[in-house]
Amino acid sequence: MADTIFALATAPGKAGVAVVRISGPNAKAVLGTLGVGNVPDRQASLRVLRGHDGCILDEAVVLCFSDGRSFTGEDVVELQLHGSVAVVRATLDHLSETGLARLAEPGEFTRRALMNDRLDLTQVQGLADVIDAETEQQRRAAVAVMGGAFGEQVSAWRAKLVRAMALLSATIDFADEEVPVDVWPEVREILSGLLRSLRSEVDGAGYAKSLRQGFEVALVGRPNVGKSSLLNYISRDEVAIVSDIPGTTRDVLEKPLDLNGLKVMFLDMAGVRVTTDTVEEIGVDRARQRANAADLRLFLRDSDADEDFGVDHKPDDLTVRTKADINADGDISVVSGEGVSDLLVSISDILSKRVEKASYVTRDRDVRRLTAAVEILDGIELSGHDMPDEIVVEGLRAASSELGHVVGDIGIEDVLDDVFKSFCLGK
Amino acid sequence: MKHPDFDVVVVGGGHAGCEAAHAAARMGAKVALVTLRKSDPGVMSCNPAIGGLGKGHLVREIDALDGIMGRCGDAAGIQFRLLNRRKGPAVQGPRVQADRAAYRSAVSAEMAKMSALTIIEGHVTDLLVSHGSVSGIILEDGAAVAGTSVILTTGTFLGGTIHIGDQSYPGGRLGSDGSIALAERLRGMDLRIGRLKTGTPPRLSAKSIDWAGLDAQPGDTDPVMLSFASKSPVLRQVDCAITHTNSETHDVIRANLDRSAMYGGHIDGVGPRYCPSIEDKVTRFAEKDSHQIFLEPEGLNTDWIYPNGISTSLPEDVQLRYVRSIRGLEAAEILQPGYAIEYDFIDPRCLSADLSLPDLPGLFLAGQINGTTGYEEAAAQGLVAGLNAARRCVDGDPVHFSRMTSYIGVMIDDLTTRGVTEPYRMFTSRAEYRLSLRADNADARLTSWGYEVGCVGEERAEQYQRKAEAVEGCTSAMKTVDVLPSDLAMHGVKVSETAKRRSLFDVLSSGQVDVDTAAALSPQVAEWPEEIQRQVHRNALYHTYEERQARDAMALERDEKVAIPSDLSFDGVSGLSTEVKDKLRLVKPQSVGQARRMEGMTPAALLTVLSEVRRHGRRKA
Repeated sequence: MADTIFALATAPGKAGVAVVRISGPNAKAVLGTLGVGNVPDRQASLRVLRGHDGCILDEAVVLCFSDGRSFTGEDVVELQLHGSVAVVRATLDHLSETGLARLAEPGEFTRRALMNDRLDLTQVQGLADVIDAETEQQRRAAVAVMGGAFGEQVSAWRAKLVRAMALLSATIDFADEEVPVDVWPEVREILSGLLRSLRSEVDGAGYAKSLRQGFEVALVGRPNVGKSSLLNYISRDEVAIVSDIPGTTRDVLEKPLDLNGLKVMFLDMAGVRVTTDTVEEIGVDRARQRANAADLRLFLRDSDADEDFGVDHKPDDLTVRTKADINADGDISVVSGEGVSDLLVSISDILSKRVEKASYVTRDRDVRRLTAAVEILDGIELSGHDMPDEIVVEGLRAASSELGHVVGDIGIEDVLDDVFKSFCLGK
Repeated sequence: MKHPDFDVVVVGGGHAGCEAAHAAARMGAKVALVTLRKSDPGVMSCNPAIGGLGKGHLVREIDALDGIMGRCGDAAGIQFRLLNRRKGPAVQGPRVQADRAAYRSAVSAEMAKMSALTIIEGHVTDLLVSHGSVSGIILEDGAAVAGTSVILTTGTFLGGTIHIGDQSYPGGRLGSDGSIALAERLRGMDLRIGRLKTGTPPRLSAKSIDWAGLDAQPGDTDPVMLSFASKSPVLRQVDCAITHTNSETHDVIRANLDRSAMYGGHIDGVGPRYCPSIEDKVTRFAEKDSHQIFLEPEGLNTDWIYPNGISTSLPEDVQLRYVRSIRGLEAAEILQPGYAIEYDFIDPRCLSADLSLPDLPGLFLAGQINGTTGYEEAAAQGLVAGLNAARRCVDGDPVHFSRMTSYIGVMIDDLTTRGVTEPYRMFTSRAEYRLSLRADNADARLTSWGYEVGCVGEERAEQYQRKAEAVEGCTSAMKTVDVLPSDLAMHGVKVSETAKRRSLFDVLSSGQVDVDTAAALSPQVAEWPEEIQRQVHRNALYHTYEERQARDAMALERDEKVAIPSDLSFDGVSGLSTEVKDKLRLVKPQSVGQARRMEGMTPAALLTVLSEVRRHGRRKA
């Protein structure tokens, strides 16, 4: 019996509508986990989709098709979501966390349609082109995300995997020839280097996290510069306690907003300043840390004498002068509303550019596979490299196949090439 | 002279031919083996050894199917070594040093035992073809030998050329005028033909070697046989010796490189990377000032020594000079100079998985002609061709070897799907299910299946059945016996304080204890024969990995099950690139799974292939 698969059916990125398709025997059960039941077949129904914790993911048009009467011939559920990157991301995450379905491989929907006689040849050919493009795009996208440095990184991973396999294979398949008896010192070094590098890649896959939980934008500035007022103005909601007594905002306040389809978390920091109040000092410290870790910082000022209180300026960070209603050289004013919408456009432009770089369907798969590869290599390292060689090679093979669509397939010939280049073998 | 009609006619008496003829005869076919000389069967034309890593696996599989290579090797074995003894059983391979003469007589005796097998001495000049199918062969004297299936195992006869220095002459087993017509017929079939080369070392006289100063390489003290049916060596056991080339050897070779056939530009064929000539070694690994040479006796009653590691195409006088620069060989006499041989092979992607040529129904090819090297690779193909040639005579379905269950399947799939770029040799690394495809469990994988196919005799089947029952009994004993952490601690096994009681099988599979400890822990286990306990131990070691591999294999099975009809052409399909179409025409994949493994296949092309298969099915329905 086939398993259940899902994928984003529309192009990734910001759009009016994003369609997520689920196909397979669990399709309707998966819909159930979104808190949606009783959707009539072949009728558009507007439903609220909820995540595991009951939070609202989106309000979406849901369509159900029963097996035999669907695109793939299986049970199919189609979710027409708002075309927001964050919404799609959260929904896809939810789907794979259900454990009832997995992300589809390129062409898998079409393949199922074909196996169930749901397609004619002209349709197949049109789709085939798309799939070829998609497969190639996956690799390129993975490399493009991080630019040239990532490309080098990927080649290095590949070379390390091939080398480690070649060393071990040489001692296995050419046991009675002149190969080094113990290749483990080199293999050990290669594997720990590889593991370190893969692990930091997984840890640093921050785009995925930002997309799911929202980008963090920190409001930084001295007390009473107008951080809380700006936040209240944007959110039209009295989330922050606004007063003119310095130190009012002791905790970091979070305010999620939808900014042009992006989920953005504005952080209102405790006024960063030098203080003698211990409690307040904790607040200041925490604020500083959060601000440095945020995706973007908005430095608010109302005079030239302002300092940055230990918060770093990073590329793309914005500096704005507040209180334009009373300061002649101010950029924005929450009293008159002057400049605020321009500021929001600037923020959303900066963040959108980052999203575009992360072709997130690709990244999603990549992160999962990288994580799987890390787990395998970790297992080898945890054993103290004390597994039999043939089992270590088995692990390396599994890790290569996880990394295959990033580093390219590694076949026996690639390994043998390295073996014969490195060792003079043969009787 | 009129020969009686046969079911299967095998051309060539090498390792592929003998195994093919014997297999077809076991299947109940009436078989003719046509060879130049009746004494040809069982001749080892290269080094006097059988088995090794990957190769030993193939021999065990041939043996599990009741083939002859394993038992003949055991009968002729003068030194037995299990390679990789210190590694896990999945990568251990049995290897035997064989007495050439004894091996040949063992093979002859096996052939003689088959009453349905006739050996015909003669030159094959052409194939008989009627109604587009092969129907037999024609001999030099004009006589015809009729057969429903014909298997060509003619080694290097297609365009074979022997090179020694700057001299070359036509050579190869059938490299005489008589084979020209046969070669022309193959060439006329629009098959893709490539060129390969291989080399041999000069053979030395044992009497002329100073053995005293050389390191001896003895065989194992507890020999492991090639065949599941053999118990222990028959012949007296001997040592090999090891010596090394030195900088003087290398100087002689370097100074004469321009006189080497290979470096003098006389040879275009591609040689195997894993079997380089000494010229190659000295040139490509210039920083190494010494290479190992194994001096292998060719038998108990012969003066011939095979110096493994110095194959060459240098002229004879240079061969003598470099040989005599080597320690122990200072006064060595060369009995036969080394030479390189260049030959044509047929791109095996032209073949179906049963090793038949779809272009000429009834014709099968096996061995070196398909681009492989090695006795074991040849014999395994012979077996496959023999079984299928016999099946064809009774209109049976082809016998299919899967790469998930045998090294034979790995080889056949590699050859017919991906082709070769150098002489193909088996390595354990080629098998993605290596942990499951072990030399020790070849019988468990293949013997019962072979009995159903019809190539395994009663005796062998019963022998295996008894072993299988014992292994099962011992396994369930190990699974029912629970071991307490304290029991393990008593036997010196480190256990954590939180460890729970586990079955003996689980403990064995964790690799924490050996068989002796297991037997000491449980009288139920100890009552089984030691060899059975060891087999259960080997199974237990890979138990968890085998389960995982079985799951992977199941996912692949899906594509393997979608057959591509042989009458389906992709030529007119618009969604496929010319390159993919060419490959499909050449390989003629028999399943979508095989198509997927083809070089240059993209997911989209595969989808188009799949859709054509579906459409074809609908048209027929």
